[in-house]
Amino acid sequence: MEKLSFRLTAARSAGGSRAQAIVGVVASGNLEVLLERASPTDTCTIDIATAAHGFGAVWDAVVRDFVARRPAGGLRISINDGGARPDTVALRLAQGVRKIEEPER
Amino acid sequence: MTQVAANNVSLSWYEASARQRIDALVDAGSFCEYIGPELREISPHLSIFDLPEQFDDGIVIGHGRLDGTPVLIAAQEGRFMGGAFGEVHGAKLTGLLRAARALRQDVLILFDTGGVRLQEANAGELAIAEIMRAVIEVRRTGVSVVGLIGGRAGCYGGGSLIAGTCSRLIVSEQGRISVSGPEVIETNRGIEEFDSRDRALVWRTMGGKHRYLIGGADTFVDDEALAFRQAAIDALKIKRGCDTNVLEAEQNRLERRLQRFGEAEDAVDIWQTLGIDAPTEIPALPTDAFLRAAKRRENADDAR
Amino acid sequence: MSNWGMQKAALGERLTAGRRHAKGKIVPLPSLPAFLAAVIRSGDRVCLEGDNQKQADLLAAALANLDPAEISDLHMVQSGVVLPAHLDIFEKGIARRLDFSYSGPQSARIARMLFGRKIELGAVHTYLELFARYFIDLTPNVALIAAVSADKDGNLYTGPNTEDTPTVVEATSYKNGLVVAQVTEIVDKVPRVDIPGDLVHFVVEAGRPFYVEPLFTRDPAAITETQILTAMLAIKGIYAPYGVRRLNHGIGFNTAAIELLLPTYGEKLGLKGKVCTHFALNPHPTLIPAIESGWVDQIHCFGSEVGMEDYVAARSDIFFTGPDGSLRSNRAFCQTAGLYACDMFIGSTLQIDLEGHSSTVTTSRIAGFGGAPNMGSDPRGRRHPSEPWLKAGAEAAPDAAPALRRGRKLVVQIGETFGERNAPLFVERLDALELARELKLDLAPVMVYSDDVTHIVTEEGIANLLMCRSKDEREQAIRGVAGYTDIGRARDAKLVEQLRQRGVIRRPEDLGIDPLDADRRLLAARSIKDLMLASGGLYRPPSRFRNW
Repeated sequence: MEKLSFRLTAARSAGGSRAQAIVGVVASGNLEVLLERASPTDTCTIDIATAAHGFGAVWDAVVRDFVARRPAGGLRISINDGGARPDTVALRLAQGVRKIEEPER
Repeated sequence: MTQVAANNVSLSWYEASARQRIDALVDAGSFCEYIGPELREISPHLSIFDLPEQFDDGIVIGHGRLDGTPVLIAAQEGRFMGGAFGEVHGAKLTGLLRAARALRQDVLILFDTGGVRLQEANAGELAIAEIMRAVIEVRRTGVSVVGLIGGRAGCYGGGSLIAGTCSRLIVSEQGRISVSGPEVIETNRGIEEFDSRDRALVWRTMGGKHRYLIGGADTFVDDEALAFRQAAIDALKIKRGCDTNVLEAEQNRLERRLQRFGEAEDAVDIWQTLGIDAPTEIPALPTDAFLRAAKRRENADDAR
Repeated sequence: MSNWGMQKAALGERLTAGRRHAKGKIVPLPSLPAFLAAVIRSGDRVCLEGDNQKQADLLAAALANLDPAEISDLHMVQSGVVLPAHLDIFEKGIARRLDFSYSGPQSARIARMLFGRKIELGAVHTYLELFARYFIDLTPNVALIAAVSADKDGNLYTGPNTEDTPTVVEATSYKNGLVVAQVTEIVDKVPRVDIPGDLVHFVVEAGRPFYVEPLFTRDPAAITETQILTAMLAIKGIYAPYGVRRLNHGIGFNTAAIELLLPTYGEKLGLKGKVCTHFALNPHPTLIPAIESGWVDQIHCFGSEVGMEDYVAARSDIFFTGPDGSLRSNRAFCQTAGLYACDMFIGSTLQIDLEGHSSTVTTSRIAGFGGAPNMGSDPRGRRHPSEPWLKAGAEAAPDAAPALRRGRKLVVQIGETFGERNAPLFVERLDALELARELKLDLAPVMVYSDDVTHIVTEEGIANLLMCRSKDEREQAIRGVAGYTDIGRARDAKLVEQLRQRGVIRRPEDLGIDPLDADRRLLAARSIKDLMLASGGLYRPPSRFRNW
């Protein structure tokens, strides 16, 4: 497993009030994304454990785009990756933010 | 006042994740998870093999309400390592069943498993035994343990043994129940005995329709979360417990069944013997037509 | 002074030799080896029928069992090199030279044999191109074909899988060649005459059906969210604005997703009757929901599809069927229809380079072309106008005089930026070039040439290459939809943004599409079972696709 960590400044912070959200599963070509609230609200940390080695530059591009495009401030994101394609990673990250912003029932 | 409302969205049970199944099964918003992913209670074994871990180790447990009634729920994630039982995965289910005994609350197990995880086989096998014991112990107190089977991984190996100890089983056509999987049978007995790539053969031997017809499952439902929900509500209305009489009745039923169908070469022969009009058409029938055709199925109700 | 009539005389000799092993036109199965040895001559040009679907498998096996000491140096001219026997013929030294079109499952072995000089390669063709050469310079001396049934006069019934047979027989029989057919059974009267008996010299009863590959069955269960997103982009960003009514689809999962989104997403967009009404297409099971909900007016087929026979027969309002009720397919006609009468081809590929050339070749595999390069090309001989064709032509040359401006066929490549095993769709250099160098080929095996491609669709967006005005713009338009591949990450972000402002690149948000809406629940069928149910039980999928 390869471990990668990112700490990025986010222009927008995640909305909603849920404490956490989880999307996806760890399977071949898939990943799970766990989102938790953390401070400060202008920072997003992303920790990745991936089965696919040597894709650091791609991860870097994917997570930077994610933080630039989505309200990710104040999130601590943890990823277990089963070798997902970058488009799947981007989709799961977006789904995760949508989920943590969903109103609580 | 208790709010009772289902999530009114069409959801394929076969396709859904463990978490989606729970959300669609219980009253909207009523689920509360134990040992959630944020606690990162992961398998201690997988890292040794340099394999990816999952924060919930492939099983979600917790409590919720079903049509207003409190229930305990466990759902396996069939896509993570084939939903297989490992040490943590198994311990979560054992603990839930022991809690059920203490709380006197019914349990729903949403099976989706290939059996025991190869990388932690000893711990997994032990877990299966502990779970089976815990199921029987909680059933003896009058609590129901209902299994729901219709996931991608089916219900194989140790999972099928646990299913065999449940009070009732709800199955969809997609659901498969068998101790040995198709590949295992083919590997051990040869392709002449069982061609694991012949999917029609796999389903007519292990699939939900056949299991329902021979009394291996009690309720047959569409591959729809709401259908599973309704069947679970109905199943929990039946209170049976578990004592020597029940076990003896089950033993007798199985002996009768073996005598009646033991010589059959293929599931279709069994359906023919059951007196089904057009047995070869069974796999193609939609649910309502199938249920009509299944009126003469082997019944497990006495035994469970 | 020439001695005219030599070909007729040679055919006469073959017929005489063959009749020694036959009863009338019927060759008993046990006599097949001796019969074939008697009618085939060393150096013959032989067409062994078989494409990406049906196979004259019995005759292929028999041919591969000939003694190379007796018969050798055959020149095989055939659509498909698909069965192991097709290559055994070369391995054993019975055949030497090969002209073909498609190799699918044998793509790795054929590459090894080409490297090992076991095969002398003529060329890899498109179907239509190889058919054309049957009539000019690759006319077979012997054709070994497959049909469902025959009568004693040799009249053949090919059933739904007529495919290449009429073309092969036409080229062979009318030019003094010998035609031998394998059939499942000999009957008193065939259900319909697909091939007149006059053109068929011998028939052998196989006692079992010829092999057919269910190549066009895509299990909806395997369609991903990303593929659904690309399908939404294609429908809203290409089908709708161009009003594409006449088209051909490739066999990938992206186009299967499009077929399954028509009754749901397409319906919501109000496109019913406005797009996808006429197809040159095999009977794709994934098209059943669209057909059943009244989207499709007419479909002409290259071949059939396993399990779709009863459904097609029951939908003769849509499909071409014979007096017996079953499908009449014809690859040559359907390829022609796809070339001249369709306004769009959309399909997947494995590699796209910075100019927009695409290829399905990887260095260790030669999968051939099949029909895609023909479908995916702009026909220079087309003269009839249509809305999408004119609109595409206007986008390519906005300043040209309308009455003298050619239209353009829409040729769309659709795919995810990363394919199987995370292989990038976009590359600096096609593997096809490497292969051409190693095999010393004059031409790299390019599936769709850059100047034919009009659009590229990925999950990142649509690149409209018609609107690019320079090589540089074209390259950045391609990089601009190449996602996180090396090609995509090396984009000139500023230029890409300019292209987006001009509408050359369109992102999901530019089209009002939220990627999070790309959900499997949008699919009109999510499993093979759903397709079977949608067909009212008429579609009978092969066992390997079932989970019931």
